[in-house]
Amino acid sequence: MRGIEKSFPGVRALKGIDLDLNSGEALALLGENGAGKSTLIKILGGAHPPDAGAIEIDGEAVSIVNPTDAQKAGIGVIYQEFNLVPALTVRENMFLGQEGGVFSLTHARQERRQTREVLERIGVPIDTERLCRELTVGQQQAVEIAKALLLDARIIVMDEPSAALTLKEVDGLFNVVRELKAQRVGIIYISHRLDEIFEIADRVMVMRDGEHVGTEPIGDLTRNRLIEMMVGRKLDDEFPKKAAEIGEERLVVRGLNRSRVVRDVSFSVRRGEVLGLTGLVGAGRTETARLIFGADERDSGTIELDGKPLDIRHPRQAIAAGICLLTEDRKAEGLVLGQSVRENFGLPNLKSFSERGFISDRRESQAFAKHVESLQIKIADQEQITGTLSGGNQQKVVLAKWLERDAEVIIFDEPTRGIDVGAKFEIYLLMNQLVAAGKAIVMISSELPEVLGMSDRILVMHEGRVTGEVTDVASVTQEQIMQLAVGLASTV
Amino acid sequence: MRFCTANKAHASGLRLNEYANMNNLLRSRFVANYGMFFVLLLLCAYFSIMTVAEQNPVSARAGQGVANYIVENHPNANVLIVVPEGVNDHLYAEAVRETLEAGSPNVVGFVVGEAKDAATELNRLGEAGIEVRFIVTQYNAANNWFVLGEKQLADKAAKYPSLRQAQVAKPPSYRWPTFLMPAHLLTVANQTALVAIVAIGMTLVIITAGIDLSVASLIAFAGVVVSVLINFYLEFTFYSVAYCLVCASLTAVLASAITGVFTGAIVTRFDLPAFIVTLGVMQIGRGLAWKVAGGSEPVRVESEAFHHLSAGADLVGIPNPVVIMAVLYIAAHILMSHTTLGRYLYAVGGNPEAARLSGVPVKSVIVFAYAICGALAGLGGVLDASMFSNGRSTGAMGYELQVIAAVVVGGTSLAGGQGKMLGTLIGALILGVIADGMRLTNVAIDTQMIVFGSLIIIAVLIDKLKSRRWRGSNQ
Repeated sequence: MRGIEKSFPGVRALKGIDLDLNSGEALALLGENGAGKSTLIKILGGAHPPDAGAIEIDGEAVSIVNPTDAQKAGIGVIYQEFNLVPALTVRENMFLGQEGGVFSLTHARQERRQTREVLERIGVPIDTERLCRELTVGQQQAVEIAKALLLDARIIVMDEPSAALTLKEVDGLFNVVRELKAQRVGIIYISHRLDEIFEIADRVMVMRDGEHVGTEPIGDLTRNRLIEMMVGRKLDDEFPKKAAEIGEERLVVRGLNRSRVVRDVSFSVRRGEVLGLTGLVGAGRTETARLIFGADERDSGTIELDGKPLDIRHPRQAIAAGICLLTEDRKAEGLVLGQSVRENFGLPNLKSFSERGFISDRRESQAFAKHVESLQIKIADQEQITGTLSGGNQQKVVLAKWLERDAEVIIFDEPTRGIDVGAKFEIYLLMNQLVAAGKAIVMISSELPEVLGMSDRILVMHEGRVTGEVTDVASVTQEQIMQLAVGLASTV
Repeated sequence: MRFCTANKAHASGLRLNEYANMNNLLRSRFVANYGMFFVLLLLCAYFSIMTVAEQNPVSARAGQGVANYIVENHPNANVLIVVPEGVNDHLYAEAVRETLEAGSPNVVGFVVGEAKDAATELNRLGEAGIEVRFIVTQYNAANNWFVLGEKQLADKAAKYPSLRQAQVAKPPSYRWPTFLMPAHLLTVANQTALVAIVAIGMTLVIITAGIDLSVASLIAFAGVVVSVLINFYLEFTFYSVAYCLVCASLTAVLASAITGVFTGAIVTRFDLPAFIVTLGVMQIGRGLAWKVAGGSEPVRVESEAFHHLSAGADLVGIPNPVVIMAVLYIAAHILMSHTTLGRYLYAVGGNPEAARLSGVPVKSVIVFAYAICGALAGLGGVLDASMFSNGRSTGAMGYELQVIAAVVVGGTSLAGGQGKMLGTLIGALILGVIADGMRLTNVAIDTQMIVFGSLIIIAVLIDKLKSRRWRGSNQ
């Protein structure tokens, strides 16, 4: 792949990426969330067409604009979500989409033989007539790989293949990968787990912010060097942190549990404090926040606000107690996109604008107008449909609706994701104001510079547990945080 | 209603070119929400033009007109009034008599009946030698009754001298669209009322991104329940009739509302698709109606007072169902646009997760929508039973589709979160006007069905194009 470029509205996802893959080698693709790895492999798999750049396979230029092109070029992509039909058998899934004409007959016996052959090739014998929904996750993955091989794939891309697997299944996966390497198939392997990469990869390519940082043979690398490459840049003045006076404990959480997602999480936030909560995707940060907010049911654990125990079973109760959550996914969880900005703003605040259930539009729009001015929300009028706003302005509408609640504890989940630098800066300033007013803030973020730049204290989570706490934020490095996040270190 | 976008376009309109103005107008929320209103007006105009015809009014006002003419021009005339039987004819004849008696002319005879009754009265007057100057009648009688024909009158005049000057008087006819006759418009409104009332509840449900297929069977169920209960209560003579009727009606509405609560509870508790749950409730409701009625035979209600609920017109001649419909729409409009609950309904339909995380009691809101939908279907059943003076377990077949069609044509999105109560009223009226207009212009029933089907598809298409406005710019 040469000079691959891709932009989405407002984001340049890939800025001229080069990628080389030899046959029979496993290339690990590494980078933080949002570095552009997924975009790159989606281009390779034909899910997104590239804006610029060329792809050559065995010296021959190929054009890939849709998934069929990718299949024909011998590229098989195994996404995190499998594309298997649960109610069909292994064999039927393998041959789905290549039965020939709609009215041509299928040849069960021949299909069964081919399926068995290809499954044996990767050393995973599965009964070809089992329904896919009866298979384990690891077996389903093997079927996906076999399906790609059946189409004569010479390049197989795996996006976080081990994320959903048990340890034993990961071993099986590695065997498959070694088998494929021996058969001269090229493999692109995306993972957050450094251990795996050292075990299976031949070379490592690191991406950051849509750019190619470097590609090196695995033998030349150490773990720390890899993390440095991933994290990259130094801290600068993007973060206008102003420390407020830190007072007594406000929110205290003890022994929070939810199945295997959140395990025994305890922490507290003080008056005037910004607590940074970081970790990799899937570490349980968002899930923890949702438990505190009552969005999900917790198995166990207690929540106290200002010394009073709270029994939160529903977001209503959390809101009433003075806790609010700015969700990670604005569009899916934060806003009703089809409604006007004013209606979105009013949603949690209707009680204060209404008498006996009748809303005073005047009071609502006056209250909103104040926030529009102070947050500099750019809207045509208060009736503008929320879905038509830019990401930054949408986030400000979410902020406005929670600021109006005047909550005591505010949980920001990825507050600056997908918004431009200017709006980011304004949100940081707002956090300063809030802590100066004695509020307590929990800031969940994957952006390490942001976490280091804005937090008074940092908690790091890994696989549902709090794996580290950093109280002296000024003296810690991103590398140290990253080691906590990938579960390598337990103290800093 | 909010006109902000339109206003903005107006304020800066001077500097914008024509195209931008037009574009703004088309994209404005006003057109998006109430464009269907113009469709309704167009339809009314079309059917008005198509149904222009000679109108021969038979009404109190027409009667006053004829009588006033006589009072002014022939103050001392003797007048005979003859009309056929009929509600309007009666009103007409009474108006003539009252107006004449308020002035100086003499009413020497008053006949409501057939042609031969008129002949008998004429003979009596002739034999008694009472002079008759005018025979006031209406259009049908004047043209079709033999006795009022020129030849017969001449014979009578020859026979009886007192009838020599007798002359037939009737209201003048005029050209006017049959569709636009006030009585006809009220009939259209009355015929639309049932669907429109039930469509209020359906709008609530559809705005929460649900659907309720059970309304038709709830109409039948409530109709049967109210009929059986009235018959039961009326056996106890120590209750007043009014008390019996109110109790029976409330029980029927309540029973339907409880069914709605049941539906809503199942849908929210187990997170099941509303389509399937209400498909089941539809069958259950039919079965219950059948059980309560003891079969498919109508349950007759011999109560004039109950019939009056639907058939009467107690408010300045407007049929009671139309009055009930208007009151309910005003209440529903206020609910949706000015209350917390209304805002919650939209939010739940637009994005249930965002609503929940904003502290909206999502499940209760959805249950409320189904409860109201059930209650209004129950009210529809009571009105239907009152109209026909019976409750039928097989009644209102297929009404759920008409009701859903009214909501969709009214601009409510089946995806939830979008829609206006008044839009639904307009949707129901559009369907009613088209049905009536096609009947008036003698469009065949098969063509009518094709038109209705196409209309529903067009309405959904418009909804799709509308929603693309903000979803499109969001990608």
